[in-house]
Amino acid sequence: MEPASRRFAQVSDSPVHATARGTAHRIANEVSPLGQHTLDRIGNTPLLRLPRVVSEHPGVELLGKAEWFNPGGSVKDRAAANIIATARRNGQLQPGKILLDSTSGNTGIAYAMIGAALDIPVTLCMPENVSVERKRILHAYGANIIYTDPADGSDGAIRMARELAAKHPDLYFYADQYSNDANWRAHYHGTANEIWQQTEGRITHFVSMLGTSGTFVGTARRLKELNPHIRCVSLQPDAPFHGIEGAKHMPSAIVPRIYDASLADANLEISTEASYAMVKRLAREEGLLVGISAAAAVVGCLQIARQLKKSEPAVLVTILCDSGDKYLSERFWEEG
Amino acid sequence: MKILIPTPLRQYSDKQPAVEVEATTVGEALSGLVARHPDLRRHLYTEDGKLRAFVNVYLNDEDVRYLQKEATQVRDSDTISIVPSIAGGR
Repeated sequence: MEPASRRFAQVSDSPVHATARGTAHRIANEVSPLGQHTLDRIGNTPLLRLPRVVSEHPGVELLGKAEWFNPGGSVKDRAAANIIATARRNGQLQPGKILLDSTSGNTGIAYAMIGAALDIPVTLCMPENVSVERKRILHAYGANIIYTDPADGSDGAIRMARELAAKHPDLYFYADQYSNDANWRAHYHGTANEIWQQTEGRITHFVSMLGTSGTFVGTARRLKELNPHIRCVSLQPDAPFHGIEGAKHMPSAIVPRIYDASLADANLEISTEASYAMVKRLAREEGLLVGISAAAAVVGCLQIARQLKKSEPAVLVTILCDSGDKYLSERFWEEG
Repeated sequence: MKILIPTPLRQYSDKQPAVEVEATTVGEALSGLVARHPDLRRHLYTEDGKLRAFVNVYLNDEDVRYLQKEATQVRDSDTISIVPSIAGGR
Protein backbone atom coordinates (compact mmCIF):
# COMPACT_ATOMS: atom_id res chain seq x y z
CA MET A 1 0.00 0.00 0.00
CA GLU A 2 1.53 3.32 -1.02
CA PRO A 3 1.26 6.37 1.24
CA ALA A 4 -1.89 8.47 0.81
CA SER A 5 0.11 11.61 0.04
CA ARG A 6 1.70 9.93 -2.99
CA ARG A 7 -1.67 8.73 -4.30
CA PHE A 8 -3.14 12.24 -4.00
CA ALA A 9 -0.08 13.68 -5.77
CA GLN A 10 -0.62 11.28 -8.65
CA VAL A 11 -4.27 12.29 -9.00
CA SER A 12 -3.53 16.01 -9.13
CA ASP A 13 -0.63 15.48 -11.58
CA SER A 14 -2.83 13.52 -13.93
CA PRO A 15 -3.31 15.28 -17.26
CA VAL A 16 -7.06 14.64 -17.14
CA HIS A 17 -7.41 16.54 -13.86
CA ALA A 18 -4.96 19.24 -14.86
CA THR A 19 -6.49 20.07 -18.23
CA ALA A 20 -10.17 19.41 -17.64
CA ARG A 21 -10.81 20.74 -14.17
CA GLY A 22 -14.54 21.04 -14.76
CA THR A 23 -14.88 17.41 -15.79
CA ALA A 24 -12.81 16.31 -12.83
CA HIS A 25 -15.02 18.29 -10.49
CA ARG A 26 -18.13 16.64 -11.92
CA ILE A 27 -16.56 13.20 -11.60
CA ALA A 28 -15.64 13.91 -7.97
CA ASN A 29 -19.28 14.68 -7.20
CA GLU A 30 -20.47 11.46 -8.81
CA VAL A 31 -17.93 9.16 -7.20
CA SER A 32 -19.35 7.44 -4.13
CA PRO A 33 -17.57 8.29 -0.89
CA LEU A 34 -14.90 5.97 0.39
CA GLY A 35 -15.64 3.46 3.11
CA GLN A 36 -18.99 2.36 4.46
CA HIS A 37 -21.42 4.04 6.80
CA THR A 38 -21.64 2.19 10.09
CA LEU A 39 -25.38 1.67 9.54
CA ASP A 40 -24.66 -0.13 6.25
CA ARG A 41 -23.07 -2.88 8.35
CA ILE A 42 -26.37 -3.90 9.94
CA GLY A 43 -27.39 -7.42 8.92
CA ASN A 44 -25.58 -9.98 6.75
CA THR A 45 -23.98 -11.47 9.84
CA PRO A 46 -21.78 -14.58 9.67
CA LEU A 47 -23.30 -18.03 10.20
CA LEU A 48 -20.95 -19.82 12.57
CA ARG A 49 -20.55 -23.58 13.05
CA LEU A 50 -20.62 -24.88 16.63
CA PRO A 51 -19.10 -28.32 16.05
CA ARG A 52 -17.85 -29.24 19.50
CA VAL A 53 -20.99 -28.72 21.59
CA VAL A 54 -22.99 -30.83 19.13
CA SER A 55 -20.32 -33.51 18.61
CA GLU A 56 -22.25 -36.23 20.46
CA HIS A 57 -25.00 -35.99 17.86
CA PRO A 58 -23.50 -37.23 14.60
CA GLY A 59 -25.39 -35.97 11.58
CA VAL A 60 -26.55 -32.82 13.35
CA GLU A 61 -25.07 -29.53 12.22
CA LEU A 62 -25.50 -26.64 14.63
CA LEU A 63 -25.18 -23.13 13.23
CA GLY A 64 -25.60 -19.74 14.87
CA LYS A 65 -26.05 -16.28 13.38
CA ALA A 66 -23.34 -14.21 15.04
CA GLU A 67 -25.43 -11.13 15.67
CA TRP A 68 -22.76 -9.33 17.67
CA PHE A 69 -21.20 -8.51 14.29
CA ASN A 70 -23.90 -5.85 13.92
CA PRO A 71 -22.41 -2.42 14.67
CA GLY A 72 -24.50 -1.95 17.83
CA GLY A 73 -23.42 -5.40 19.00
CA SER A 74 -26.72 -7.28 18.86
CA VAL A 75 -29.55 -8.67 16.75
CA LYS A 76 -31.64 -5.68 17.80
CA ASP A 77 -29.87 -3.39 15.31
CA ARG A 78 -31.98 -5.04 12.62
CA ALA A 79 -35.36 -4.24 14.18
CA ALA A 80 -34.34 -0.77 15.35
CA ALA A 81 -32.97 0.18 11.92
CA ASN A 82 -36.13 -0.97 10.16
CA ILE A 83 -38.42 0.68 12.73
CA ILE A 84 -36.59 3.99 12.27
CA ALA A 85 -36.39 3.74 8.46
CA THR A 86 -40.10 2.88 8.20
CA ALA A 87 -41.16 5.70 10.54
CA ARG A 88 -39.06 8.24 8.63
CA ARG A 89 -40.52 7.06 5.33
CA ASN A 90 -44.14 7.28 6.44
CA GLY A 91 -43.68 10.60 8.24
CA GLN A 92 -44.18 9.37 11.83
CA LEU A 93 -40.64 10.32 12.77
CA GLN A 94 -40.18 13.85 11.48
CA PRO A 95 -37.33 16.19 12.41
CA GLY A 96 -37.88 17.58 15.89
CA LYS A 97 -39.60 14.46 17.22
CA ILE A 98 -38.02 12.27 19.88
CA LEU A 99 -37.90 8.52 19.43
CA LEU A 100 -39.38 6.88 22.55
CA ASP A 101 -39.48 3.21 23.52
CA SER A 102 -39.15 0.81 26.41
CA THR A 103 -36.21 -1.57 26.41
CA SER A 104 -34.08 -3.52 28.82
CA GLY A 105 -30.96 -3.07 26.78
CA ASN A 106 -30.05 -4.14 23.30
CA THR A 107 -32.86 -2.38 21.43
CA GLY A 108 -32.04 0.72 23.40
CA ILE A 109 -28.40 0.48 22.39
CA ALA A 110 -29.46 0.06 18.75
CA TYR A 111 -31.82 3.06 18.88
CA ALA A 112 -29.17 5.16 20.65
CA MET A 113 -26.47 4.27 18.13
CA ILE A 114 -28.65 4.86 15.06
CA GLY A 115 -30.16 7.98 16.63
CA ALA A 116 -26.69 9.41 17.20
CA ALA A 117 -25.65 8.67 13.62
CA LEU A 118 -28.83 10.15 12.10
CA ASP A 119 -29.27 13.05 14.55
CA ILE A 120 -32.50 11.69 16.05
CA PRO A 121 -32.97 12.31 19.80
CA VAL A 122 -33.74 9.10 21.72
CA THR A 123 -35.54 8.61 25.06
CA LEU A 124 -35.66 5.13 26.60
CA CYS A 125 -37.66 3.70 29.51
CA MET A 126 -35.89 0.82 31.20
CA PRO A 127 -35.90 -1.06 34.50
CA GLU A 128 -33.26 0.33 36.83
CA ASN A 129 -31.70 -3.11 37.34
CA VAL A 130 -30.25 -3.45 33.83
CA SER A 131 -26.52 -4.03 33.88
CA VAL A 132 -24.11 -1.17 34.52
CA GLU A 133 -22.40 -1.89 31.20
CA ARG A 134 -25.67 -1.17 29.34
CA LYS A 135 -26.32 2.05 31.19
CA ARG A 136 -22.81 3.24 30.31
CA ILE A 137 -23.13 2.32 26.64
CA LEU A 138 -26.44 4.20 26.35
CA HIS A 139 -24.94 7.17 28.10
CA ALA A 140 -21.98 7.09 25.70
CA TYR A 141 -24.32 7.32 22.69
CA GLY A 142 -26.11 10.27 24.31
CA ALA A 143 -29.55 8.69 24.87
CA ASN A 144 -31.90 10.06 27.53
CA ILE A 145 -32.90 7.32 29.98
CA ILE A 146 -35.95 7.14 32.26
CA TYR A 147 -35.56 4.41 34.87
CA THR A 148 -38.54 2.38 36.10
CA ASP A 149 -39.07 0.21 39.18
CA PRO A 150 -36.90 -2.94 38.96
CA ALA A 151 -39.61 -4.94 40.71
CA ASP A 152 -41.90 -4.42 37.72
CA GLY A 153 -39.36 -5.72 35.16
CA SER A 154 -39.74 -4.86 31.49
CA ASP A 155 -43.52 -4.57 31.83
CA GLY A 156 -43.03 -1.57 34.12
CA ALA A 157 -40.91 0.09 31.42
CA ILE A 158 -43.57 -0.66 28.79
CA ARG A 159 -46.26 0.99 30.93
CA MET A 160 -44.10 4.08 31.46
CA ALA A 161 -43.42 4.48 27.72
CA ARG A 162 -47.13 4.08 26.92
CA GLU A 163 -48.00 6.73 29.48
CA LEU A 164 -45.46 9.23 28.14
CA ALA A 165 -46.51 8.62 24.55
CA ALA A 166 -50.18 9.17 25.40
CA LYS A 167 -49.41 12.33 27.36
CA HIS A 168 -47.12 13.95 24.75
CA PRO A 169 -48.10 12.69 21.29
CA ASP A 170 -46.55 15.72 19.54
CA LEU A 171 -43.22 15.35 21.30
CA TYR A 172 -42.63 11.63 20.86
CA PHE A 173 -42.62 9.03 18.14
CA TYR A 174 -43.46 5.92 20.17
CA ALA A 175 -41.55 3.20 18.35
CA ASP A 176 -43.23 0.41 20.38
CA GLN A 177 -41.02 -2.51 19.35
CA TYR A 178 -43.52 -4.97 20.84
CA SER A 179 -46.30 -3.91 18.44
CA ASN A 180 -44.39 -2.49 15.47
CA ASP A 181 -44.61 -4.63 12.32
CA ALA A 182 -41.29 -3.15 11.14
CA ASN A 183 -39.72 -5.24 13.93
CA TRP A 184 -40.61 -8.69 12.57
CA ARG A 185 -40.34 -7.49 8.95
CA ALA A 186 -36.63 -6.76 9.49
CA HIS A 187 -36.21 -10.51 10.02
CA TYR A 188 -38.68 -11.53 7.32
CA HIS A 189 -36.75 -9.56 4.69
CA GLY A 190 -33.26 -9.91 6.24
CA THR A 191 -32.41 -12.67 8.71
CA ALA A 192 -34.55 -15.40 7.11
CA ASN A 193 -33.21 -14.92 3.59
CA GLU A 194 -29.65 -14.73 4.87
CA ILE A 195 -30.12 -18.06 6.66
CA TRP A 196 -31.66 -19.61 3.57
CA GLN A 197 -28.73 -18.51 1.41
CA GLN A 198 -26.04 -19.30 3.98
CA THR A 199 -27.36 -22.85 4.45
CA GLU A 200 -27.99 -23.25 0.71
CA GLY A 201 -31.56 -24.15 1.60
CA ARG A 202 -30.47 -27.08 3.79
CA ILE A 203 -31.85 -25.71 7.08
CA THR A 204 -34.20 -28.22 8.77
CA HIS A 205 -34.85 -26.45 12.11
CA PHE A 206 -35.01 -22.80 13.08
CA VAL A 207 -34.69 -22.20 16.82
CA SER A 208 -35.06 -18.84 18.54
CA MET A 209 -35.69 -17.31 21.93
CA LEU A 210 -38.81 -15.18 22.41
CA GLY A 211 -38.40 -11.58 23.57
CA THR A 212 -40.46 -9.12 21.58
CA SER A 213 -40.87 -12.24 19.41
CA GLY A 214 -39.88 -10.18 16.34
CA THR A 215 -36.88 -12.36 15.46
CA PHE A 216 -38.82 -15.61 15.75
CA VAL A 217 -42.00 -14.38 14.02
CA GLY A 218 -40.31 -12.66 11.06
CA THR A 219 -37.71 -15.35 10.42
CA ALA A 220 -40.10 -18.30 10.88
CA ARG A 221 -42.78 -16.71 8.69
CA ARG A 222 -40.36 -16.29 5.76
CA LEU A 223 -38.59 -19.63 6.21
CA LYS A 224 -41.96 -21.44 6.17
CA GLU A 225 -42.69 -19.77 2.81
CA LEU A 226 -39.34 -20.90 1.45
CA ASN A 227 -39.82 -24.44 2.75
CA PRO A 228 -42.91 -25.39 4.76
CA HIS A 229 -41.09 -28.44 6.17
CA ILE A 230 -38.64 -26.36 8.22
CA ARG A 231 -39.48 -26.92 11.89
CA CYS A 232 -39.63 -23.64 13.79
CA VAL A 233 -39.10 -23.93 17.53
CA SER A 234 -39.57 -21.01 19.92
CA LEU A 235 -37.86 -20.92 23.31
CA GLN A 236 -38.76 -19.14 26.49
CA PRO A 237 -37.63 -19.06 30.10
CA ASP A 238 -39.01 -21.88 32.26
CA ALA A 239 -40.33 -19.47 34.89
CA PRO A 240 -41.61 -15.90 35.18
CA PHE A 241 -38.67 -14.97 37.42
CA HIS A 242 -35.52 -15.66 35.42
CA GLY A 243 -32.09 -14.36 34.44
CA ILE A 244 -32.18 -14.78 30.66
CA GLU A 245 -31.58 -11.28 29.41
CA GLY A 246 -34.10 -10.12 26.85
CA ALA A 247 -36.30 -13.22 27.02
CA LYS A 248 -39.96 -13.20 27.92
CA HIS A 249 -42.00 -15.79 29.79
CA MET A 250 -45.15 -15.36 27.72
CA PRO A 251 -47.73 -16.81 30.14
CA SER A 252 -46.83 -14.22 32.79
CA ALA A 253 -45.88 -11.17 30.71
CA ILE A 254 -47.57 -8.52 28.59
CA VAL A 255 -47.78 -10.50 25.34
CA PRO A 256 -46.37 -8.52 22.37
CA ARG A 257 -48.95 -7.70 19.69
CA ILE A 258 -46.64 -8.99 16.95
CA TYR A 259 -46.35 -12.44 18.60
CA ASP A 260 -47.87 -15.24 16.52
CA ALA A 261 -47.74 -18.49 18.46
CA SER A 262 -49.13 -20.42 15.48
CA LEU A 263 -45.75 -20.19 13.68
CA ALA A 264 -44.11 -22.44 16.27
CA ASP A 265 -44.09 -26.19 15.68
CA ALA A 266 -42.89 -26.55 19.25
CA ASN A 267 -42.09 -24.36 22.21
CA LEU A 268 -39.40 -25.35 24.71
CA GLU A 269 -38.66 -24.00 28.17
CA ILE A 270 -35.09 -23.15 29.13
CA SER A 271 -33.70 -22.74 32.63
CA THR A 272 -31.51 -19.83 33.61
CA GLU A 273 -28.91 -22.11 35.22
CA ALA A 274 -28.57 -24.23 32.06
CA SER A 275 -28.06 -21.02 30.08
CA TYR A 276 -25.36 -19.77 32.45
CA ALA A 277 -23.57 -23.12 32.18
CA MET A 278 -23.77 -22.92 28.38
CA VAL A 279 -22.28 -19.41 28.35
CA LYS A 280 -19.19 -20.88 30.03
CA ARG A 281 -19.18 -24.00 27.85
CA LEU A 282 -19.37 -22.04 24.58
CA ALA A 283 -16.55 -19.79 25.72
CA ARG A 284 -14.33 -22.72 26.68
CA GLU A 285 -15.27 -25.27 24.00
CA GLU A 286 -16.03 -23.14 20.95
CA GLY A 287 -14.11 -19.96 21.74
CA LEU A 288 -17.38 -18.06 21.54
CA LEU A 289 -18.10 -15.60 24.33
CA VAL A 290 -21.84 -15.08 23.84
CA GLY A 291 -24.60 -13.52 25.92
CA ILE A 292 -27.07 -15.40 28.11
CA SER A 293 -29.96 -15.53 25.62
CA ALA A 294 -27.61 -16.79 22.88
CA ALA A 295 -26.48 -19.56 25.23
CA ALA A 296 -30.13 -20.30 26.09
CA ALA A 297 -30.81 -20.74 22.37
CA VAL A 298 -27.98 -23.28 22.12
CA VAL A 299 -29.41 -25.14 25.14
CA GLY A 300 -32.69 -25.34 23.20
CA CYS A 301 -30.90 -26.63 20.09
CA LEU A 302 -29.25 -29.43 22.08
CA GLN A 303 -32.65 -30.41 23.53
CA ILE A 304 -33.93 -30.73 19.96
CA ALA A 305 -30.83 -32.66 18.88
CA ARG A 306 -31.45 -35.17 21.69
CA GLN A 307 -35.04 -35.69 20.54
CA LEU A 308 -34.03 -36.47 16.95
CA LYS A 309 -33.93 -40.06 15.80
CA LYS A 310 -30.44 -41.50 15.93
CA SER A 311 -28.30 -40.32 13.02
CA GLU A 312 -31.22 -38.38 11.52
CA PRO A 313 -29.45 -35.62 9.59
CA ALA A 314 -30.43 -32.13 10.67
CA VAL A 315 -29.28 -28.57 10.11
CA LEU A 316 -30.20 -26.55 13.19
CA VAL A 317 -29.94 -22.78 12.89
CA THR A 318 -30.31 -20.39 15.80
CA ILE A 319 -29.73 -16.75 16.62
CA LEU A 320 -26.81 -15.80 18.84
CA CYS A 321 -28.29 -12.46 19.94
CA ASP A 322 -25.21 -10.80 21.36
CA SER A 323 -21.77 -11.39 22.80
CA GLY A 324 -20.85 -11.94 26.42
CA ASP A 325 -19.04 -8.71 27.15
CA LYS A 326 -22.13 -6.97 28.55
CA TYR A 327 -22.61 -9.73 31.12
CA LEU A 328 -19.15 -10.00 32.59
CA SER A 329 -20.26 -8.47 35.89
CA GLU A 330 -22.96 -11.14 36.39
CA ARG A 331 -22.57 -13.30 39.46
CA PHE A 332 -22.72 -16.64 37.65
CA TRP A 333 -19.10 -16.24 36.54
CA GLU A 334 -18.01 -16.51 40.17
CA GLU A 335 -20.16 -19.54 40.98
CA GLY A 336 -20.21 -23.19 39.97
CA MET B 1 -39.65 -6.59 58.87
CA LYS B 2 -40.94 -6.22 55.34
CA ILE B 3 -39.97 -8.19 52.21
CA LEU B 4 -40.98 -6.68 48.86
CA ILE B 5 -42.05 -9.24 46.26
CA PRO B 6 -41.32 -8.46 42.58
CA THR B 7 -44.29 -8.56 40.20
CA PRO B 8 -43.47 -11.88 38.47
CA LEU B 9 -43.31 -13.66 41.84
CA ARG B 10 -46.54 -12.30 43.32
CA GLN B 11 -48.49 -15.18 41.82
CA TYR B 12 -46.65 -17.34 44.38
CA SER B 13 -47.27 -15.01 47.35
CA ASP B 14 -51.08 -14.95 47.20
CA LYS B 15 -50.75 -11.79 45.04
CA GLN B 16 -49.24 -9.88 47.96
CA PRO B 17 -46.71 -7.17 46.99
CA ALA B 18 -45.08 -7.33 50.44
CA VAL B 19 -44.80 -9.92 53.20
CA GLU B 20 -44.06 -9.20 56.90
CA VAL B 21 -41.68 -11.63 58.64
CA GLU B 22 -39.82 -11.76 61.95
CA ALA B 23 -36.08 -12.28 61.59
CA THR B 24 -32.66 -11.23 62.85
CA THR B 25 -30.75 -11.95 59.60
CA VAL B 26 -31.43 -11.75 55.87
CA GLY B 27 -31.21 -15.55 55.65
CA GLU B 28 -33.82 -16.00 58.38
CA ALA B 29 -36.11 -13.48 56.73
CA LEU B 30 -35.98 -15.32 53.40
CA SER B 31 -36.50 -18.68 55.15
CA GLY B 32 -39.54 -17.20 56.87
CA LEU B 33 -40.83 -16.02 53.50
CA VAL B 34 -40.53 -19.40 51.76
CA ALA B 35 -41.94 -21.19 54.83
CA ARG B 36 -45.06 -19.07 54.49
CA HIS B 37 -45.19 -19.28 50.68
CA PRO B 38 -43.56 -22.62 49.72
CA ASP B 39 -44.15 -22.08 45.97
CA LEU B 40 -41.55 -19.32 46.09
CA ARG B 41 -38.75 -21.68 47.11
CA ARG B 42 -37.85 -23.06 43.68
CA HIS B 43 -37.84 -19.58 42.19
CA LEU B 44 -35.40 -18.21 44.77
CA TYR B 45 -33.20 -21.19 45.63
CA THR B 46 -31.34 -23.88 43.70
CA GLU B 47 -31.99 -27.53 44.57
CA ASP B 48 -29.00 -27.53 46.92
CA GLY B 49 -30.41 -24.57 48.82
CA LYS B 50 -28.28 -21.73 47.46
CA LEU B 51 -29.80 -18.45 46.30
CA ARG B 52 -30.01 -18.61 42.49
CA ALA B 53 -27.28 -16.62 40.75
CA PHE B 54 -29.64 -14.07 39.23
CA VAL B 55 -31.59 -13.41 42.43
CA ASN B 56 -30.34 -10.22 44.01
CA VAL B 57 -31.36 -9.36 47.55
CA TYR B 58 -31.24 -5.78 48.72
CA LEU B 59 -31.40 -4.69 52.36
CA ASN B 60 -32.94 -1.24 52.08
CA ASP B 61 -30.80 0.08 49.19
CA GLU B 62 -27.74 -2.15 49.60
CA ASP B 63 -27.01 -5.40 47.78
CA VAL B 64 -26.45 -7.96 50.57
CA ARG B 65 -23.66 -9.44 48.46
CA TYR B 66 -21.59 -6.45 49.54
CA LEU B 67 -22.71 -6.70 53.20
CA GLN B 68 -22.52 -10.05 55.01
CA LYS B 69 -24.73 -11.84 52.47
CA GLU B 70 -27.40 -13.97 54.16
CA ALA B 71 -25.79 -13.46 57.58
CA THR B 72 -26.43 -9.72 57.35
CA GLN B 73 -28.23 -8.51 60.50
CA VAL B 74 -31.67 -6.96 60.06
CA ARG B 75 -33.94 -4.78 62.21
CA ASP B 76 -37.73 -4.58 62.33
CA SER B 77 -37.71 -1.28 60.46
CA ASP B 78 -35.67 -2.69 57.51
CA THR B 79 -37.00 -3.63 54.10
CA ILE B 80 -35.68 -6.44 51.92
CA SER B 81 -36.22 -6.32 48.14
CA ILE B 82 -35.84 -9.27 45.79
CA VAL B 83 -34.78 -8.20 42.31
CA PRO B 84 -33.72 -10.24 39.27
CA SER B 85 -30.24 -9.19 38.14
CA ILE B 86 -31.46 -8.54 34.62
CA ALA B 87 -34.94 -7.83 33.38
CA GLY B 88 -36.99 -9.71 30.80
CA GLY B 89 -38.09 -8.18 27.49
CA ARG B 90 -35.74 -6.57 25.07
